[in-house]
Amino acid sequence: MTDVDASAIELPAPANERGRSLLFSRWHLVLLPIAFVMVVPLVWMVVTSLQTLNETRHYPPTLVPSSLRFKNYTDVLRDTPFTRWFMNTLLVTLASVTGNLIFCSLAGYAFARIRFFGRRVVFVLILATLMVPFQVTIIPTFLIVRQLGMIDTLGALIVPNLAGAFGIFMLRQFFLTLPIELEEAARIDGASRLGVLLKIVLPLSGPALATLAVITFLWTWNDFFWPLITIYSANNMTLQLGLATFQGAHQTNTNLLMAANVMSVLPMLLVFFVAQRFFIRGIATTGLKG
Amino acid sequence: MAEVTLDHVSKRFQEVDAVDDLSLTIADGEFLILVGPSGCGKTTALRLIAGLEKGTAGTIRIGDRIVNDVTPRDRDIAMVFQNYALYPHMSVYKNLAFGLKERKTPKPEIERRVREVGEMLGLKDLMKRRPAQLSGGQRQRVAMGRALVREPSAFLMDEPLSNLDAKLRVQMRAELKRLHQRLGITTIYVTHDQVEAMTLGDRIVVMANGKVQQIGRPQDVYGSPANLFVAGFIGSPPMNLIRASVMDGYVQAGTLRLPAPPGTATGEVALGFRPEDLQLVEDGPSFELVVDVVEPLGNLVVVHGSTEGTQVESGAEEEEELPMVVGGARASVTAVFAPELEPAPGVSLRVSVAPERVLFFDLRTGAAIRSSR
Repeated sequence: MTDVDASAIELPAPANERGRSLLFSRWHLVLLPIAFVMVVPLVWMVVTSLQTLNETRHYPPTLVPSSLRFKNYTDVLRDTPFTRWFMNTLLVTLASVTGNLIFCSLAGYAFARIRFFGRRVVFVLILATLMVPFQVTIIPTFLIVRQLGMIDTLGALIVPNLAGAFGIFMLRQFFLTLPIELEEAARIDGASRLGVLLKIVLPLSGPALATLAVITFLWTWNDFFWPLITIYSANNMTLQLGLATFQGAHQTNTNLLMAANVMSVLPMLLVFFVAQRFFIRGIATTGLKG
Repeated sequence: MAEVTLDHVSKRFQEVDAVDDLSLTIADGEFLILVGPSGCGKTTALRLIAGLEKGTAGTIRIGDRIVNDVTPRDRDIAMVFQNYALYPHMSVYKNLAFGLKERKTPKPEIERRVREVGEMLGLKDLMKRRPAQLSGGQRQRVAMGRALVREPSAFLMDEPLSNLDAKLRVQMRAELKRLHQRLGITTIYVTHDQVEAMTLGDRIVVMANGKVQQIGRPQDVYGSPANLFVAGFIGSPPMNLIRASVMDGYVQAGTLRLPAPPGTATGEVALGFRPEDLQLVEDGPSFELVVDVVEPLGNLVVVHGSTEGTQVESGAEEEEELPMVVGGARASVTAVFAPELEPAPGVSLRVSVAPERVLFFDLRTGAAIRSSR
């Protein structure tokens, strides 16, 4: 993308016109410092995760560790329920992603294509909930979850996140852009409403579904506040909550915390790499006239 | 195969009558054309038959079944869309097989039918391709094929050729006619192209503003249009329409004076004649045509010019309420001559038209005045 941008935008020619051209696009002069600012904390995290506790306390900070201490990682895995937290988080996240994909598709499609009484009103109401900050709904949500008997269980983390107004809105908007003739053709060909959704609409919605999946994944994986309120037992903690327990009142094992952090970031990197190719381009309109 | 009947069918969109009291019987095996300018309700009529729209009034029958409340899938019809609506994520084979699969056709039967249709339409070597990898003409064939494999009781086609280039369109037009002659399936075909309407249809239905203007065999609609709108819409170049007055058994339009058909009331009428009915004459009842633009087509030459008189607009060009009289001292006239004659612009020709080739229309209602000849 940056290459395209760079060639599309005409920057003023440099003052010294001696044919001395840079080996890279001038945009990189802007991008490089930004990239530097973004990367440093990550590098620092990885470096710290390989240091001894004493090295982490050194000032000015050492960016090159004297030795690579992979023992930090095994220590984390041995001394804390890290694996348990990781599996909890994975379960909660996958359940939320799956739930969002299923329920937001169904609701989004209904709002996009099915005419029913009160469609506009209900849709506007759902949109309106996007404007209500989470802090406002915490207490009612908590009370509902307690009624369901799910406090201090993973259910408390999954059930309220199975569908979201944002996902419904996003998928509705995407479904509206699909050519309606495809759906009409499928209906005449004999597909039911659900058949049209499953066999025509969803296969053409790859980019939108991937986007929703990634957003939901990140949101759920990184959520700290809601688990903090609803989960008490160490066994049911998610990663974000578990990592917080590394910080004691008197002493923090920074090197171990960073090792745990590195491990908790890996799945997100993986998701980004896998999802990337879905974002490239939709193919939804290629079956129409040329 | 089946007869399709529309009985006083209407469809209202908020304030607009898209289809207004349409009654029509399409015989078993007939090729019926719905033709008209854009917005005339022809596509809506087709969608009503398909079940993609719900009518506001009237009944629709396919075969001997009333289908008003039957879903599109259970109406046993197949539709070809203007933009083909091929499923972009499926191969040609899967596109063709989709309708059969959805109807739980046994697999060997699906394979047999898809292969058969593929051979009929020359798609054999394209079965594994996606729609994006096909040319416009190939996509059009796949769209046709998808309708054919279903072996429905009626085909509905919504301007299926309008996205093809001119040469391919002519080719596919003939192919369509051949297919219909071979299979004999009831076909309802929507177009705004009056050449397609004339060449393909057993009968054509001319529509304007949601209403039927005329139903008939192509040559009848061409030869004796029911009103000014049809006169102006069917035929290319369109019929010449000039204001004329009837008096003492004669019709006078500019300098042209012709005997009036018996029974014509005294007053103002619109006089119409086809461009190809104009002939060069030396004397006799005639008028002067001042040549403006000449279009040689090889097999004939189209001459645009003007003559003394007042133009009558048919409403076909403007989608206005008919009829419309346009003022001015000169009326434009189009003539079609043999290619040997290629007059220079500015030249004036003496032309006439045989009295039996002249049509008369009521200026107030636009309706044709039929003489008892």
